[in-house]
This record gives sequence, C-alpha cells and structure tokens, in this order.
Amino acid sequence: MERMYIFKRFERFWHWSQAALIMFLMLTGFEVHGSYTFFGFQQAVAYHTIAAWTLVGLWVFAVFWHLTTGEWKQYIPTMDKVVAMFRYYLTGIFTNAPHPFKQTRLKKHNPLQRLAYLFVLLVINPLIWTTGWFYLFYNSWKDWGVDWLNIEYVALFHVIAAFMMLIFFIAHVYLATAGHTPTAHIKAMITGWEETD
Amino acid sequence: MNTPRMKVRHALILIGCLLVTTSASAIVADAQPKADGAAITAQPGSATTTPVVTLANEKTTVAVSSEAYTKPKAKKPSTADHSKFSELDKDFKTGPEVTKACLECHTEAAKQVHNTKHWTWEYLNPVTKQKLGKKSIINNFCTAVTSNQTFCSACHVGYGWSDDSFDFTSEANVDCIACHDTTGSYKKIPGLSGHPNYEKMEWPPHSGKFREAVDLKKIAQNIGKTSRQTCGACHFYGGGGNAVKHGDLDSSLTNPKRYLDVHMESDGLNFTCGDCHVSDSHEVSGSRYAPTATDDEGALIRGKRNGRNPTTCVACHGNTPHPGNTTITAKLNAHTDKLACQTCHIPEFARGALATKMSWDWSTAGKLDEKGQRIIEKASNGRVSYDSKKGHFTYDRYVIPEYVWFNGNVKYTLFGEKVEGDKVNINTFLGSADDPDSRIWPVKVFRGKQPYDVGNETLAVFHTAGKDDSAFWGNYDWDKALEWGMREAGMKYSGEKKFVETEMSWPITHMVAPKEDAMRCEQCHTENGRLQAIDGIYMPGRNNTPLVDKIGFTLALLALLGVLIHGGIRYLMSKRG
Ligand code: HEM
Repeated sequence: MERMYIFKRFERFWHWSQAALIMFLMLTGFEVHGSYTFFGFQQAVAYHTIAAWTLVGLWVFAVFWHLTTGEWKQYIPTMDKVVAMFRYYLTGIFTNAPHPFKQTRLKKHNPLQRLAYLFVLLVINPLIWTTGWFYLFYNSWKDWGVDWLNIEYVALFHVIAAFMMLIFFIAHVYLATAGHTPTAHIKAMITGWEETD
Repeated sequence: MNTPRMKVRHALILIGCLLVTTSASAIVADAQPKADGAAITAQPGSATTTPVVTLANEKTTVAVSSEAYTKPKAKKPSTADHSKFSELDKDFKTGPEVTKACLECHTEAAKQVHNTKHWTWEYLNPVTKQKLGKKSIINNFCTAVTSNQTFCSACHVGYGWSDDSFDFTSEANVDCIACHDTTGSYKKIPGLSGHPNYEKMEWPPHSGKFREAVDLKKIAQNIGKTSRQTCGACHFYGGGGNAVKHGDLDSSLTNPKRYLDVHMESDGLNFTCGDCHVSDSHEVSGSRYAPTATDDEGALIRGKRNGRNPTTCVACHGNTPHPGNTTITAKLNAHTDKLACQTCHIPEFARGALATKMSWDWSTAGKLDEKGQRIIEKASNGRVSYDSKKGHFTYDRYVIPEYVWFNGNVKYTLFGEKVEGDKVNINTFLGSADDPDSRIWPVKVFRGKQPYDVGNETLAVFHTAGKDDSAFWGNYDWDKALEWGMREAGMKYSGEKKFVETEMSWPITHMVAPKEDAMRCEQCHTENGRLQAIDGIYMPGRNNTPLVDKIGFTLALLALLGVLIHGGIRYLMSKRG
C-alpha cells in the first residue's frame, strides 16, 4: 500500500466549497425554474443569487490558483489510454483488473477525468457563469447596450448548462467511489492523501 | 411559508451548505474587502453606476415609505365657520338657491366646475380623439345616459338635467352640496333630475319608508371639504347600487380597516379620496378614461406638477418604492419596469365583504310572474340574481383580477360605430409587452349581454327609466324602449334587435392592501399562476422550457440508473470475490 499527497489544502477547500455551492445552486436553481417547491420562489431566488455570487468569487480564486501554481496543466487533454479507461469502467472494474492509469502528483486525473473536467471548465462553467451573470443584471441590459439579448435564450442556456451540471454531478459522485476502495478517493479529497495499490 | 419550523429548516440548510462558503467569503473579504462586499449585496438596478440608476436611487430618498407619514387628525381644517355667515342663515327652498348664496363669495367656483368632467360628462381622449364621458359612452351596466337623464343625473354635479335642453352654462344649476356636504343628510334622488327631495317622499319607491325633506340651511351652514362619504355617494354606487360597478370602490371604504385600504384606514393614515385625487380649480385629477399606466419619473416633489398626474402611486412612492437594498427589495424594485404597483398590491378586489357585480344579462329581462308582476330572485349571497327590470346578474367578492398589458390608452366602441358579430368589446385596454409605456395591470372584466340594433349594426341605446309608456322599467317592452332611446340618441331604430355579448374592463387601483398582504412571488412565478395569460415576457418558474426539461431530466435519470446498475454489478461481483 502506497500513500501519496495529491490534493493540496486550497484545492480541497475549493473542491468541497464548490461542491456545496453547486448542490445548493442546483437545489435553488431548479426551484426558480419551477421544477418543485421547497424554499418558496422568493427565498429560492435570494439564496440562488447569494450562492451564485459566492461561487463566482470562489472561481476567481480557483482560476488564479491554477494559473499561478501551474496546476492548470492537469487539465491538458490527452487521448492516451482513453479507450483503456472506457474498457476498464465497462469490464475491468468488475473483475478487479488493474487500473490502467497510474496516478502521480503531476498527473492527478485519469484521461477520462481530464476530459470531463475540461468540459466542465470550458463549457459548463463559462456557460452557467455568463448566462447567470446576464440573467442577474437583466435590468441593466439597456445601460450596457446589450438589450438585443433575449432573456428567454439566456435563461434557456442557463438551464441547459444546469442540466449538464446535474448529469456531471451524478456521474462524478458515483465515480468518486470507483477508487481502490469505495471511499479511497473521497478520503483523499478530505485528507489530501490518496491510497493506491 | 414562515412557520418557525420552516425557518429553522431554511436556516439549517443554509448554514450547512454555506458553512464552507463562509470561510471562502472570509478569505475573499480579506483579500478584496470592497469587491466582495459589493459582490454579495449588489443587485440589478443598484450595482450599476449609470446616471439613470443613480437618479432612481436618489428618488427613493424623496419618495415616502409607508411608515414615514402619519397624517395628523384635522380638528377644524377651515378658517371660515359657515354657520356664522348671514348669507347662509336662510330657509333655502331649492338647491340652486343655495348655490347662488355660495357664489356670492366663491365667485369663480361655478365657472370652474363648468370646465370639469363632473359637470360636462364629456371627455375628449387626446390620443384616440374619441369623444368619451358618461354622456357619450355605452357601457354594459345600465348601458347609456341618453334618454334616462332624470335618473342618471342623481350623480351629476348639477340641478335639473332631465333632457337635452339642460343649460350647461347656468351657474345656479351647479350643485355645490353634492361634494361639499359634511352632514351626510344630503341625497340626490334618481328621477328628480339631480335634485334632493325638497318635500317628504317615499324612498325607495314602494318601500313604505319615507325620507324627510332635505334641510338645506343646516347643510349650507355645515359646508366643508369633500370626504370619502361625498365622493362615495356617487362613486361607491356606480352601476345602480353599492359595490356594483368598479369592484374596488364601495361603501366599505367609508370607514375602512387597514387590511382593506392601507391609505384610507380610518384609524391610520385616514386618507380622503382628495389626498390622492388632488384637485386644481375644481378639476379632480385621475381618470379612468385616460389613466396613467406608467410613470417613470419618480416621486413628485411638492408643488412641482409639470403636467404630471398626481394621483399615481409613483407620484408619492417613486419608481423604487421598496426600501432597503437586499436581494429581494432590489428585485422587487426592478419589477416596476413591467408591473403596475396595483398588480401586486391589490391582490383581490371587492375585499370589503360587499360583492361586486360580475355579469349582467339583459337578454332575460322583462319576464313577469303569472299575475303580470315584476320578479325579483336572490342568490344565496343575498344579492339579487334576477330582476324583471334588468335580467340576470352574478355577484362576487374577494375577486382575483384579470391581468392585461396596458399603456393608459383605452379604445371604446361608441354608439353609432358599426360592429359585427355576437361579441363586442365595449372598451379595449391598449398595450403590449414590447411597448415601454405598458405595464401589467389588474382589471375587473365585466361581462354582459345587451341589446344591439341589427339594422344599424350598432350597440343600442334604450330608454330605461321614466314615467312614460316607453321606459323599459315599468313597461317591459323592448321595442318601445329601443325606439325611444335610439331616437333620443339621434338614430332611427331599425326595428330589429338582438342581444350581443359584451365585455368591459375597469382598472383596479383602489383597495390597496398593506404590504404583508401583497402578492407573493410564487403566485405568478409558477405554472398556471396569476400571470399565465400574459404574453411577451419571460418569467422564471412558469414552465418555460418543457422540452429541455423532459430531455434534461430523462438524461439525468438515465445517468442515475446507469450508475446504480454499474454500482450494483460492482457490489455483486465484489461479494463473489
Ligand atoms: C451550478 C451552478 C448553477 C446552477 C445549477 C444553476 C441553475 C439555475 C436554474 C435551473 C435556474 C432557473 C432558470 C429559469 O428557469 O429561468 C437558475 C436561475 C438563475 N441563475 Fe443559476 N445556476 C447556477 C449558477 C449560477 C450562477 C453562477 C449565476 C450568476 C452568476 C446564476 C444566476 C442565476 C440567476 C440570476 C437566475 C434567475 C433567478 C431569478 O429569477 O431572478 N446561476 N439557475
């Protein structure tokens, strides 16, 4: 059994606060959307707005951290072993086959993870952020000279991004149990130390 | 919504989910205190630094907030005690005699009144150029004034208007008392052409009750300001009875409690009608013929009128009326670009327990019992549901308004205008989502069926009341009543009538509820909510993207199923070793 310090303190803090915020944003966002009633529309809007601002603040720091530490390189996509990873999740994982990817501090994420996170970083987040931002400042569109924008489409893309986030979230939470033991990855994200075979 | 347990639940969830974030904010605040503070509280409409918004914010400080102003109870508002004037110490025989006495001092009053709608019953809409006013329009209540003046003029500020020969230039015929009585004993009787009863008479007719002759001396010596009673004597009783016409005006407003009208509450702000409907030279501001649907110019500074209507909500409260700068109040202030204040703050009309008339079907009028007598039926709510004179009615109270885009322009279908089909809109509130001057307004829609002259292709005028052989009330003969009415209105009855369905909208603007009773967000931001029928705007929560939802939730469900199956297999395989 090996132990390796993978996730630094800021990274873990960032991960869990982002996780809490995104869950809360999904909870409140889909209520605003009208999918159910939980807090009541007014509270849902207020909470969603506050959480959204907090998340935006968090992202600013995360982006800064990634750029200054060079950690952004963790998301450079590779097709290497992608097929092997698929095969592993489809069959190998059931038969205790060896994991095709060897985690290191320079390569924390397996190639599928890299692709998935890159998609989140480059597609889902910017989409949710920009649409959310415009949504928030709907009443300033005229002053900004962007009143050619259509709130219907801004909201539509915000909702589409929210669904993508929801699906990502489901897959992500499940795959967090796909480590060496079901809780290995989760522990790693709490303590920073990953156990491997 | 606000039970303690739910509050605790909200708090717990918030604390749980945001615990991590608070630490984040703390760090953010450390690094960037100003940006973070601004970020958390900034909201649309307040975060921008453009002059327009800054101006709007300045306006907030000018505008009154609901707590700011308590009107002192006036003791003796006037500096003149009319009971000390010898001119009024007389046994007046008639109303015009009193008026002459008034005019000895108030030399210009009658001339001023002559210029007002209260006198002319005429209004020229400057936009549509339509000639409106009670004198001209047809409605779907008692339908038309023409040929019925002796009755209708009980609500005219004049004496003696019984037919077209009435002298609209006569100063003595102006009725000062109708608006300035303070005794509550003055009553203009329908059928007396705008006069009160100068002799004892039976009233209501055939009731066995008698009204004493009006005491004009006492009234004249106690003359004073207008009040909710004086305005209400006509405006609460429009359409032929208490609460009948408007829905937001009835006698419950004479001494309202706070829940019914937050401004008029008799133990509170105690507004009179005139506090909002500010008069200038006897012309009273505020009119449903050309309402101000939108006013973007903020609160009116006292004395500064520049042609603006002082009767609007905005005139006192400004355009950002919700105080504070929380996420919610900023959002509410931002709603003023689409909503009239009334939409949220008058959640229902006829809230004073009196039911208002909602429909009137003239087509069934005129049925008599076996003995040839008038029939009157009452509904379970105690209000008349059938009257031989008038047909069938429905009444309702605590009524949820209908909602329309409205820019202040109302187009009427006037007498003589050719209309086809079996459905006629007596008036149409103009406006649309793309029109920056439109707001979403609550309206009472009054639905009816009324006579239509088939040959002339127009809504018909008929003679309802009078002591002759043609008035419908008494003779129950449509053809005679139509013959007379159409002739008086300047047209020859074709001899063929039918009943058409009519709709007429009334803006809802009185009976403003206290803020705790204002509409909640979710009453509109939901599927099939209050504003479901409003088109042209996007409203979150209204089931806007059914297809995306279907696809999105299906994919999410499939993902969930997928991981459950995957996990299940993993679990089973690990059990097998
Ligand atoms: C994981 C992140 C997020 C999720 C899942 C999410 C989800 C949603 C959903 C489903 C809606 C309802 C849209 C509609 O039906 O019209 C919504 C509304 C909204 N979201 Fe988000 N959102 C997220 C992040 C953000 C961010 C980062 C911002 C701002 C920068 C934002 C701002 C808004 C605003 C302003 C609304 C409209 C609320 C209103 O009616 O005032 N959201 N969100």
